[in-house]
Amino acid sequence: MTSVVRTGAPFGDFVAAAERSGRLVVQPRMGFGDVERMRHGLARTKEADAVTVGTLTLDSYTRIGDHAAAARALAEGVGLNGYPIVARPDDDTVRLLDGVRSEDFPVQVRHGSSRPQDIFRTLTRLGLEATEGGPVSYCLPYSRTPLREAVDCWVEGTEILAESGADGTHPHLESFGGCMLGQLCPPGLLVAISLLEGIFFRQHGVRSLSLSYAQQTHPRQDEEAVLALRRLAREHLPDTQWHVVLYAYMGVYPRTPRGASLLMEQAARTAVRAGAARLIVKTRAEAFRIPTVEENVEALENAARAAARQRALPPSDTASSDSETYAEAKALVEAVLDLDGDVGRSLPEAFDRGLLDVPFCLHPDNRGRTRSYIDGDGRLRWSTTGDLPITNGPTRLPRGGLTADALLRMLHHVERHYDTAA
Amino acid sequence: MFHDEITRPRPISLVSSTVSDSHTWNLIFMQLFLEEMGHEVVNIGSCVPLELFSRKCLEHRPDLVVVSSVNGHGFNDALELARHVRGVPGLGDLLMVVGGKLGVEGTRDVGFTRRLLQEGFDAVFGEDDLVGFRSFVSERGLRAVS
Repeated sequence: MTSVVRTGAPFGDFVAAAERSGRLVVQPRMGFGDVERMRHGLARTKEADAVTVGTLTLDSYTRIGDHAAAARALAEGVGLNGYPIVARPDDDTVRLLDGVRSEDFPVQVRHGSSRPQDIFRTLTRLGLEATEGGPVSYCLPYSRTPLREAVDCWVEGTEILAESGADGTHPHLESFGGCMLGQLCPPGLLVAISLLEGIFFRQHGVRSLSLSYAQQTHPRQDEEAVLALRRLAREHLPDTQWHVVLYAYMGVYPRTPRGASLLMEQAARTAVRAGAARLIVKTRAEAFRIPTVEENVEALENAARAAARQRALPPSDTASSDSETYAEAKALVEAVLDLDGDVGRSLPEAFDRGLLDVPFCLHPDNRGRTRSYIDGDGRLRWSTTGDLPITNGPTRLPRGGLTADALLRMLHHVERHYDTAA
Repeated sequence: MFHDEITRPRPISLVSSTVSDSHTWNLIFMQLFLEEMGHEVVNIGSCVPLELFSRKCLEHRPDLVVVSSVNGHGFNDALELARHVRGVPGLGDLLMVVGGKLGVEGTRDVGFTRRLLQEGFDAVFGEDDLVGFRSFVSERGLRAVS
């Protein structure tokens, strides 16, 4: 009989306590197939000179539900790109977490699955209570799963997690919706999808949430987006514990070490200025390869220092929560909620009608009538809004508007900006 | 548009990823690149299973198929793809090329290129060989605009 460890502090409470004490929680991306390497990564994250939470990222076989392939890889000693929590015996994972996960070090499981039920069953059995994803955000960008099927799977998955709360744990679920496609999705749509997935989780019983937003091309615009997300969360999630998690830039990363550091430090400043409570860091190795544990520790400590420096500054002209991004996100959210009070039904319907439409997303259930661009000031804007219920952009594609070269320049805009500044 | 909306008589290209590759910015780039050459493009997206790939080829009857992959498994996935497609009745003469970051090593593997050509690709391009790709398309008379 597996002895399940239930010593971790509730994830949401831990972040809330750090927020009250004025410290930004920082978190790496990290996953290894090997128990000892994974344990070492968690232990080093815990020891870092920063307020940290641990990350247990699963491998891509587990992500697509091919647990037999993950088990075969383990048996044959083939390297995995993450921890196969379903294929591994529970005892291995208990051993992995024993003495690492603790009151002051909660661990979040990250997976990328559009069909998360097996994963959620396994982690709740192990007393792991924090994970992430979402019916839209883990379907449209990375899978060919039909959106309605992904919603059904996430209804079941979310309820598995919520019901585990009856055992005295405090399930926490983060929406990955603010990170759609990593880059070139205008902030209003990111904020709307993140909030809508949060409402979806709440409707299926999870009472402790985080809402994500990924750093884009313009610091001021990012600040507005985080403020908009917080305001909408206050308005739509009244009886829920929630915080905002900011992701350091997820697109093409600067190649110079200095440029990479500058970009990450900007993310830490944005988090502090706009009131995000947690930051997912990137490392200086990001442009080239999967970072080592030590590179991650360095990034965590740099981010914590940048956040503390920002916190020590006198408050300056913070962006307003009454921005164009707020207005746009609010219009999108309300249009979706108007379709059906049950967000699990209204989300796919909204994508059918093009009320939600992610630019450059090739998933068959995404209409593909919107496009975005980076304006002269570096802000992300709509070049065409298709059928989105917003008015601040042309609705039709200008003929010959976007060239392959222009796309490439946009994809490399942030990299170029920070490498030049370095 | 990034979807199956096509009007003749411009050349039709079908852009696709491989079965294991979930990257899409390369596919969007190739779509725009082909559109600039006057093509109507059907972009079938990432993680395309073999059977869906051949079904879409039979459905759209493209003048050119462009397989693009950047996840490092491209050589293996594309070999399987070529074997499958060339065995499907009606797709024996399909003009089909592959390119991108096809191996996990940075350098181009000449042996793999030869095998991909043997298995039925009409051309193989490295990730920076857009000039070669453009010449190939022009030589085949598949360029509709300047």
